[in-house]
Amino acid sequence: MTRLNLTLLALIMLAAPLSLLAGQVWIDPFDPAVPNASTILFELRLPRAVLALAVGSGLGAAGAAMQGYLRNPLADPGLFGIAPCAALGAVLSLWTGYAASAWTLPLFALAGAAIGMLLLSLIAGRSGGVATFTLAGMMLASLAGALMSLAISLAPSPFALSEIVTWLMGAIADRSWNEAWIAVPGALLGVAALRLAGRGLDALLLGDAVARSLGINLGRLQALLVIGVGLTVGSGVAVAGIIGFVGLVVPHLVRPLTDRRPSSLIVPSALAGALLLLVADCLCRVLPLAGSELRLGIALSLIGAPFFLALLLRMRRGTSADGGWA
Amino acid sequence: MTLSAHALELPGRLDGISLTLRPGELTAIVGPNGAGKSSLLACLAGLLDGGEVRLDGIALDDVHPHDRAQAIGFLPQTPEVAWDVTVETLVALGRLPWPGALGSEAIEAAIAAMDLEHLRARRVSRLSGGERARALLARVLAGEPRWLLADEPLANLDLAHAAALMGKLRGQAKEGRGVAVVLHDLAAAMNHADRVVVLANGVVAADGTPAEALTPDLIGAVWNVSARWLGEPGAKALSI
Repeated sequence: MTRLNLTLLALIMLAAPLSLLAGQVWIDPFDPAVPNASTILFELRLPRAVLALAVGSGLGAAGAAMQGYLRNPLADPGLFGIAPCAALGAVLSLWTGYAASAWTLPLFALAGAAIGMLLLSLIAGRSGGVATFTLAGMMLASLAGALMSLAISLAPSPFALSEIVTWLMGAIADRSWNEAWIAVPGALLGVAALRLAGRGLDALLLGDAVARSLGINLGRLQALLVIGVGLTVGSGVAVAGIIGFVGLVVPHLVRPLTDRRPSSLIVPSALAGALLLLVADCLCRVLPLAGSELRLGIALSLIGAPFFLALLLRMRRGTSADGGWA
Repeated sequence: MTLSAHALELPGRLDGISLTLRPGELTAIVGPNGAGKSSLLACLAGLLDGGEVRLDGIALDDVHPHDRAQAIGFLPQTPEVAWDVTVETLVALGRLPWPGALGSEAIEAAIAAMDLEHLRARRVSRLSGGERARALLARVLAGEPRWLLADEPLANLDLAHAAALMGKLRGQAKEGRGVAVVLHDLAAAMNHADRVVVLANGVVAADGTPAEALTPDLIGAVWNVSARWLGEPGAKALSI
């Protein structure tokens, strides 16, 4: 365990209990006089914190692995098309009204993610080529996006329309242990698969040909990535909707603190993603917003977009100053 | 111990090339653009399927990728380093074919062999062309391959750096490795190689010691230029 991982873990240990106390109802651990304090803690805030940690770690690790695989600091877990496919599944469950029962929406989303993973593997084939694979992912993302827009434009009722649009914004408010049971195994298994891909991603740093000359099976690497990204992002979308920018921003924040090999970035990115989502969700909860709370997906995009812009500008400046690497 | 190619065929690139590399020998593969040099090297590295390549008598297809990677080190024509790692991290990537964390000695030896000790903590983006070429070669050496295949390692290097790098490659051959290098600089091939293989249109046009292979007549026939050598063998310059 590196010092970076230990530091991030310590920060999570510190932030997690604090996040349980914060919210519209503040809980004072030394004065447990708040009515329903234990219900708020164990049935609302604890599952919510667990969800934030699981979804955040999955997005962070998936982003780190994607950037390593595509050798591009601008890659994002959404690029493979798995997240949009999962979102399409969820939208369809809302559109048809099946989402009324508790497990249907996440299951539809997971099915969407699984179909996305399958299609991606079929289209990209066994060549292991990065370019074909990425293009296939982007086509899949754009197809799923178009179908989602179609579903929205043909929404059976204004109620369904508002449900779909609100869900797509991404949030982990009003979730229960049910969602945590989906997100936690997805994140754990997914991050494990991505860690297995680490060696191959390190070799890929030197290009396809050298990676193969180093004995890396690019087909296997691709399969590990589809499984890892599919599990982390698929389960994340299933429980929280589309949460952008975590997968993009977190690896950037973490990279300068590592030796910059993709394999040494995956676990710290998972931990930092978990921490970021936990803190961001906590802030969303305590920020006063007329009668409601800020949606997590919106909040992260609000922070993420300017960050992304600054990153692009820094990279453009960097091409002349320090060789173009962020 | 041999690495051999048997009647390699790749439509439009290789037309029945056979070649056996030997340990302890620096082989220069030369030829005009499009002669099939890089294709031949990629086939020998097991990256391109152009027919039968044998490692110590065993077909390369039947050798496990890890065993192949441990035996054959490959340096591509345009080496890529996607993330701005330090020299030490870059060199350590050469250990990927080997299991476990062992091999720090091999990494140190590779860094020392390429005179990179003072640059070990420097990022790749801040290296000069010559330093970068040495660091990339050190990455290959860290894997302790028995065969070293380098595709135009002298590209973008000035005269002094090119000569220094050829000296390093010679040193590797002296240590018992089989080294094959694709070159465009015939003078470098003449002065540093033990053996020169001239390719033209996908076939071997000449194969032998530098003085045997690189005759003015052959250079005229293959490159279509009239040329003559100046100086004694071992320090020859090409006059065109």
